[in-house]
Amino acid sequence: MGGLLIVLAKEFRENLRDRRTIMSALLFGPLFGPLLFGLLVSRMLNQSVTESDEPLKITLSGGERAPGLLRYLEGRAVVISRRTLSEDGARSAVRGGAAAVVLLIPENYPARFSAGAPAPVLLFADSADSQARKHADRARAALAGYSSAVAQLRLEIRGVDPLLTVPVAVNDIDVATPAGRAVIVLGSMTYFVLFAILMGGLYLAIDCTAGERERGSLEPLLCVPVGRASLVGGKIAATSAYMCISLALSLTAFVAAFRFVPLERLGMSTNLNVGTAAVCFAICLPFVPLGAALMTFVASFTRSYREAQTYLSLVLLVPTMPIIFAGLYSLKPKSSLMLIPSLSQHLLMTSVLKDQPVAPLDVAVSALASLSLAALLIALTARHWRRETLLG
Amino acid sequence: MIEARALSKRFGAVAAVRDASFVARDGEITGFLGPNGAGKSTTLRMLYGIFAPDGGSAHIDELDVAEQPFAARARLGVLPHGAGLYNNLTARENIRYFGALQGLSSARMDARVAELCRVLGMQDFIDRRAKGFSQGQRIKVALARALVHDPRNLILDEPTNGLDVMAIRNLRAMLLDLKAEGRCVLFSSHVMQEVAALCDRVVIIGRGAVLADATVASLRQGAPSLEEAFLRILDGAEGLS
Repeated sequence: MGGLLIVLAKEFRENLRDRRTIMSALLFGPLFGPLLFGLLVSRMLNQSVTESDEPLKITLSGGERAPGLLRYLEGRAVVISRRTLSEDGARSAVRGGAAAVVLLIPENYPARFSAGAPAPVLLFADSADSQARKHADRARAALAGYSSAVAQLRLEIRGVDPLLTVPVAVNDIDVATPAGRAVIVLGSMTYFVLFAILMGGLYLAIDCTAGERERGSLEPLLCVPVGRASLVGGKIAATSAYMCISLALSLTAFVAAFRFVPLERLGMSTNLNVGTAAVCFAICLPFVPLGAALMTFVASFTRSYREAQTYLSLVLLVPTMPIIFAGLYSLKPKSSLMLIPSLSQHLLMTSVLKDQPVAPLDVAVSALASLSLAALLIALTARHWRRETLLG
Repeated sequence: MIEARALSKRFGAVAAVRDASFVARDGEITGFLGPNGAGKSTTLRMLYGIFAPDGGSAHIDELDVAEQPFAARARLGVLPHGAGLYNNLTARENIRYFGALQGLSSARMDARVAELCRVLGMQDFIDRRAKGFSQGQRIKVALARALVHDPRNLILDEPTNGLDVMAIRNLRAMLLDLKAEGRCVLFSSHVMQEVAALCDRVVIIGRGAVLADATVASLRQGAPSLEEAFLRILDGAEGLS
């Protein structure tokens, strides 16, 4: 035990002087998520604001054939730029980005309109362009509005109550809470938290194993009268310490970021404050030794710093997989899922942030599952360290 | 005293060390000589307990390394091949880390570090980080690290590799001082002259087997030079196998 503490203290102090460790553990890892997140949400906000404020722009060709429609659109404050385009011309104008939406009134429109037959209009838009698609949707809605207004007038002229054409009135009632609506945003946040935890220990795990071997300090270390389990235990403990710092910084940065991002304007809210951040910290804590043991275990098999970096960047992807699955199958917290580390932390944190009740049993199962796996990995790492092949 | 008793080690089909027995005595410097790949490092690793022998046993002051590894290691200082330092720690911190792992008390540690700093001439860089150290400075710190717990026995694996002439001369002086203090020094090399200049006894190993264990003076007898004697012994072994 004494040996473990000596190793822990030395690794902690030594890595505090390593710029690479500091950058990844205390700067890049914890702040990457909140920063990206802040930028993303601000951009979403800007977009939604401009979309509702900005007038709809339509490029119209053959407008003289449909004066009624033209008046209707102008009355709806649609900005219309008149051009004369063929079908091919309209297509290439949209493709080339010269116009977001082109509305083309064909030659047979006036005749069919007067005859009371469906009068064709051609709406050109690029559905692969998410910005243009929104304009096209708005143009479509405007055209549908005109169509139904004309239909109602025609029915009234013929003495028919237009309401007969509306046998069912659908009322959409959205029960999503503002916190629930933020779930996509929150899902990415929990991922960034787990990512920050692993980043916090990444370089320490490499330096303590492959780095030790590469600089030739491993063999003298193995010659001291301290058990291998204590040596590797101290290294995993030091890695865990950095990961805890990274976790705390990451959650703090998120709390700060949410202060500045007006989520309510997107119809979202989240239950993230100092108190719930502390709960998230506690939920994630059992994941820390697991991540540290996993990275140290993998890095113990590598020969060089570079090789360790390659393998560990794959390990960084491990916590994403369950979260992606959770997204694909929209998994809800269940006791059986609490057995899967990283997924259980993701689900529990999401529940806390959505202000939903969290079962204490689930928290216990999640912690126990992560800690058991951590213990297994620590034992495996210690076993590998007792082998002669460790020296290579 | 460091003793190898019929040590054997195999790596798969290769017999790296075969039935190697020799003794390195207190108050003597014993050279462990052999060409590259003769099994020097493997034998030393069994002596300092990092490799488990397939046959035979290693003893430090009569303690079996396999049975009492920690007690044996506490009496042994080791400078392995290509020993590196922690670049972000100062020389003092590098030494103190190993002192702490050897279980030294704080007061004893301060005294030992001060003494080693004086003996090895590290005053100029003891509180500098190891990052920019020269090879000579590195070997001093590595040696101080191996000696921090004041062991009676010292094993050095090719300590002169990569050192310049000045650093080699310093190292020789340090080893002679350790011998004068009555310690047991065992050091390996593949350079005959280095061993001749320093050692009382020479153990020659070739293809994993001990070919000679004699004083430098007796090896010289009947050969025009010590190098010639070394080559003849190795050639004799080639003829046998």
